[in-house]
Amino acid sequence: MNDKMEIMNGGKALMKALEKEGVKEVFGLPGGANLPMYDELFKSNIRHILVRHEQSAAHMADGFGRVSRKPGVCFATSGPGATNLLTGIATAQADSAPMVAVTGQVPVNMIGRDAFQESDIIGMSNPSVKYAFQPRTVEEIPEVVKKGFYIAETGRPGPVLLDIPKDVQQNEAEVTFPDEVRMPGYHPWTDVDMVNIERAVDLLLSSEKPIILAGGGTIISSAFAELQSIAEMLMIPVVTTFKGKGAFPENHPLSLGPIGMHGHAEANKIMTEVDCVLAIGTRFSDRSVGTFEEFERNLKIIHMDVDPAEIGKNQTAQVAVVGDVKASLRVMLKLLTKKALKKSDGNNWLKHVNEVKDYWRENLKLHPGEMSAAKILRKLREVLPKESIVTTEVGQHQMWASLFFDAIHPGTFFSSTGLGTMGWGFPAAIGAKVARPDVAVVDIAGDGSFNMTENSLATSVLEDIPVIVFLINNYSLGMVAQWQRTFYDRRMIGIDLKKCPDYVKLAESYGAQGIRAQSLDELGKAVKAGLNSDVATVIDIPIDPEEDVLPFVAPGTSLKDMILPS
Amino acid sequence: MWAILSIRVENKPGILFKVTHLFRARNFNIDSISVGVMENPEFSKMTITTVGTEKQIAQIVKQLDKMIDTIEVKRLDEKESVYKELALFRIKSNEESTSTEISKLADTYGAKIHNGPEGSLIAELTSTPDKIKTFEESIKPFGILDSARTGVTAL
Repeated sequence: MNDKMEIMNGGKALMKALEKEGVKEVFGLPGGANLPMYDELFKSNIRHILVRHEQSAAHMADGFGRVSRKPGVCFATSGPGATNLLTGIATAQADSAPMVAVTGQVPVNMIGRDAFQESDIIGMSNPSVKYAFQPRTVEEIPEVVKKGFYIAETGRPGPVLLDIPKDVQQNEAEVTFPDEVRMPGYHPWTDVDMVNIERAVDLLLSSEKPIILAGGGTIISSAFAELQSIAEMLMIPVVTTFKGKGAFPENHPLSLGPIGMHGHAEANKIMTEVDCVLAIGTRFSDRSVGTFEEFERNLKIIHMDVDPAEIGKNQTAQVAVVGDVKASLRVMLKLLTKKALKKSDGNNWLKHVNEVKDYWRENLKLHPGEMSAAKILRKLREVLPKESIVTTEVGQHQMWASLFFDAIHPGTFFSSTGLGTMGWGFPAAIGAKVARPDVAVVDIAGDGSFNMTENSLATSVLEDIPVIVFLINNYSLGMVAQWQRTFYDRRMIGIDLKKCPDYVKLAESYGAQGIRAQSLDELGKAVKAGLNSDVATVIDIPIDPEEDVLPFVAPGTSLKDMILPS
Repeated sequence: MWAILSIRVENKPGILFKVTHLFRARNFNIDSISVGVMENPEFSKMTITTVGTEKQIAQIVKQLDKMIDTIEVKRLDEKESVYKELALFRIKSNEESTSTEISKLADTYGAKIHNGPEGSLIAELTSTPDKIKTFEESIKPFGILDSARTGVTAL
């Protein structure tokens, strides 16, 4: 099975092992402790994409991983290089994104002696990785790379850290590259749970007011077609979590959009009325369901998830189906087809759902200005091709994107939903563009978040990875400002960004295109200019800094307590 | 609710850290923990006793099971398993009469008595945590100078 033994240094063994995993690009930044691997990267066929801060390398790898469904790879040196990766690693873990992070470490005989640029990154990263390896010999490298990729991309995906001491990169040894690896404690795949799928079907069919709640797991396992077929066959309305946005076309008649803290009014309203929910690949985050006790009251839950530990963690399920949700839904679809079921679209529940939906779509009060969040995001949707990929930063703009930007093509909307990492969207967009150079990629951004990783403009321009930054600019930390307005009696502190910097000039200084859009007409033209540009485009869109994100389910309350625009 | 968890893990460095870190990060309690290598030196057995609601304990088992380094996680039934802990107590014993009294008491609990430093006695008791607690209460009047317990191990 094994290739024949070859003599090489650890750095070369690493590159060869990465190449065997199909890696073509890595995002990174070199330093003292990873120079030997960079020397071998120089000699390899793998493209290096230089970042300006390691956190961005991790976010790029994350964006790449979410879009390609193969682990994105990032490189950093030891010490501060590794700790700078941590936020990106934790972000990937919170959102189940496949990633392999490779850090340099001080030489083995220096570990534990507080050497220059030494950090115990294995210890620090422990709760935020799916697994971490620190090979102590050259011979281990091919095996840990193989295991690392296998762990990162199977089951519930997540980040894996390979921390490689400098001498292990440098030393030469005879190495072999395994075709298979054995991990007795790792069982990512389970058989399809026929018994519980049958029980789920019975429960779903016996319920009067059912709904499908599609979470991020639906997107990770690409269960788009299965989800849509089941929804259409049973004529059941579909809501999503925020992470599940894009699991189901939001222009579909059965779509109600995301539920949660800033969910659609109609989705939250209907969610409080249902008697049975088919929940697919979701952990029932507090941001999605509000208070746990209130959510599960009077509600029968069918919970499908690949991770058995999610069952019963936040919500009690009447029926639990553990396994890959695509495989489970496929079996469910077969069972339903066998029953030759066809529910009419005239059933009373659906009629009611549509009335509620129509009411809120017509009557939800929106900000009156020309450049309101709703209007600018609907303009973006109008101009942007449906298969374009959208990422977001974290803050008001993100929640406006949830409310007003319809994700139509499956799996085209990505956001830091779990950890809520400001600065994620722009580097993630660059990673997404590397994975899918054939489609346009847009980062729906806020100014506060964009500030955090805006130096990725250098990477975008110099590495020829053009993306659009759709910068909804209120020159403030808008979400914090909204909470201070709402919960702290307008005692505004630490939120005013004082019109600094000028984003058009900032973009231009990096060699990117900067456009300020002050009307919907200018905005449409700017997006088109961005789509046709060979370099990154930053579209600066000044808005009213007092605009709130509404509806709003305040933290610690339930969906029925949703605050509406007055 | 008290539960005994028996966890077979790969015998590799850092795993005790990861298991205890999991308890801390997920807001679970560790009552006691004991670890030892198994007959096959590739594996170690950890025995953890914990307190929580039924739902919490079920979640602990699942989270432990999810760990890649754990091979098998079992929740042991108190009635169907043997669970013991070794406790050592150093007891003040300046007079002959006290020493005889302590030895008698030790006999009734099945504890062994060793000579300790400075005329003290060391009682060694292997038993269930409950019985150890009762023994501890009964020797308290003599004055406990020091004590150490291994934590529960179970099969």
